[in-house]
Amino acid sequence: MDQFVINLIFVGASFALYIGIAIWARAGSTSDFYAASRGVNPIVNGAATAADWMSAASFISMAGLIAFVGYGNSTFLMGWTGGYVLLALLLAPYLRKFGRFTVPDFIGDRFYSRTARIVAVISLLVMSITYVIGQMTGAGVAFSRFLEVDNLTGLIIAAAVVFAYAVLGGMKGITYTQLAQYCVLIVAYTIPAIFISLQLTGNPLPQLGLFSTHTDSGLPLLQKLDEVLVELGFHDYTGLHAPQTTFNMVLFTLSLMIGTAGLPHVIIRFFTVPKVADARKSAGWALVFIALLYTVAPAVGAMARLNIITTIYPDGTQNEPISYDERPDWMLTWERTGLLAFEDKAGDGVIRYYNDANPPPMAIEGGWQGNELVTFNQDILVLANPEIAQLPGWVIGLIAAGGLAAALSTAAGLLLAISSAVSHDLLKRTFAPGISERQELLYARISMAGAIVLATYLGANPPGFAAQVVALAFGLAASSLFPAIMMGIFSKKMNAAGAITGMIVGLGSTVIYIFLYLGVFFIPGTNVLQNTPDQWILGISPLSFGAVGAILNFAAAYIVLSMTKPAPQEIQDLVESIRVPRGAAGAVDH
Amino acid sequence: MSEKKSTDDYWKANIRIITISMVIWAFVSFGMGIVFRPLIAFIPIGGTDLGFWFAQQGSILTFIVLIFYYTWYMNRLDREFGVDEE
Repeated sequence: MDQFVINLIFVGASFALYIGIAIWARAGSTSDFYAASRGVNPIVNGAATAADWMSAASFISMAGLIAFVGYGNSTFLMGWTGGYVLLALLLAPYLRKFGRFTVPDFIGDRFYSRTARIVAVISLLVMSITYVIGQMTGAGVAFSRFLEVDNLTGLIIAAAVVFAYAVLGGMKGITYTQLAQYCVLIVAYTIPAIFISLQLTGNPLPQLGLFSTHTDSGLPLLQKLDEVLVELGFHDYTGLHAPQTTFNMVLFTLSLMIGTAGLPHVIIRFFTVPKVADARKSAGWALVFIALLYTVAPAVGAMARLNIITTIYPDGTQNEPISYDERPDWMLTWERTGLLAFEDKAGDGVIRYYNDANPPPMAIEGGWQGNELVTFNQDILVLANPEIAQLPGWVIGLIAAGGLAAALSTAAGLLLAISSAVSHDLLKRTFAPGISERQELLYARISMAGAIVLATYLGANPPGFAAQVVALAFGLAASSLFPAIMMGIFSKKMNAAGAITGMIVGLGSTVIYIFLYLGVFFIPGTNVLQNTPDQWILGISPLSFGAVGAILNFAAAYIVLSMTKPAPQEIQDLVESIRVPRGAAGAVDH
Repeated sequence: MSEKKSTDDYWKANIRIITISMVIWAFVSFGMGIVFRPLIAFIPIGGTDLGFWFAQQGSILTFIVLIFYYTWYMNRLDREFGVDEE
């Protein structure tokens, strides 16, 4: 059967499943729509959280992100998982006990302030909208790559599917589709990974394969990888290399951890479980499900990178590489997509892949004319895996469905965070408190529809800064929401003035620091300082600034608190009540 | 009044286990995975050293154990202080 037809069947079947769930899980109340009536099993919620969290970028790009840098990008692995420890220990159980629907809802009520609520809504909207652009673009790209439709058509199909289950089912529909999407994406990710691990090391578990012996050379896999990379003039895989420094690794990891814990679309997932104890347990399961992909990704990355090099240099890097005419079919396939490209600079009919910025001795002696693998997109390491491992066509179809599942699940979670902030925090709790529950549910659906239209538009016309989104979203989450929520729970006396000042200082300093180096709204040329390590204040990379913003937030809040009256007694009593689990079941669903 | 005392003690016990957990959390990631990596580089593991393993796998596995341990510990603490969800 034609690969296109197979892809179509897999993607079509997965979409039919999502739509079926949408019809089954219609939301009848605001509690259904915002929090799935708090009736989600903690393990199911764990899987839904994992799908919510793992985006198209995690699925398609993460292995490459790590493989092309090596040890230095371990920061992403530790940062994106360590945040769940913060969630489980510091935030999730207490927010569940508080029993509200949104993150700004907690901040607004805890700090008894409309201003605090609105500052929280603004930072939520900025981070969630920037984040959702990437997901919609990702869905469009996945469509165009696997189903040969143009980007815009793909984007509109994706939006229509999300529309069906998110508008109809709200959190309830999203939860159960995310569960299905998790199953699709983890199976799609794991099968090719097991085969490549078997092929290279004989070990079926990629996590163990990464630290096993490379069958062909008899050397440990990582040692072999270090060796061939150095021979080709690249830096070795397992070492720490400039511009990465120990200091920025720590700071960047910390920023990702705090940012993860502060992302509203992740936090709201913990409002859906029945009990406080379930919120803790659910965070554990979420991390288990995430770890299934995040421990496989670095193995896939390292193995695929080694595999591609040994394919190009079948007799070792010291000997002649393969000729163009003999290159494997999968290379040919991916050349058509533009993710791989060769250029025979030397005109000798063979592929010379090496680092021409730091040419190895053999390149100088041999008079090589430059690196001939001119495009080597990092996404190849995941996308081409089934073909490299010579797996049947249905595995490729599964990868297509998996990539789309990853993009859609994250997009839906973000869209819910956006729409609930609008219908619940801006309308019901601030500007139109008189509306009935039925009206609020209607507004929730309208704002969901509006958010989807906006996200689709932005996905089709991504602003120039889309690529920088990660830095901004994590920076904002780390520096504004996380400290405010944490102080709301752990500091009984923290008052409105302190929390608001803290959020503004954290948010402001982070935005200013990022814009200083990356340009105002990331417009090229508007940066005041060069984004190079020697220009960074105290050597802090703008991408790592979130953790510093968080510290400034805490500091500003406590300074203001020391000069103003502590929170009123009834608020302090409220904080005491959220610190104990008892009574969560009866928590108000206002 | 006695109930008040008990709630305070519950919170203190919670803060204690959170602090211990956060020390371990920081130790395996920032410590073993990054800052102390050169110090433990003499311990080999599959073609590289222990610090690399902690940075790419060990810390993640420790995080999972930490969360489930905390969950178990808190469920016990909730019952002990009579603040569990009936």
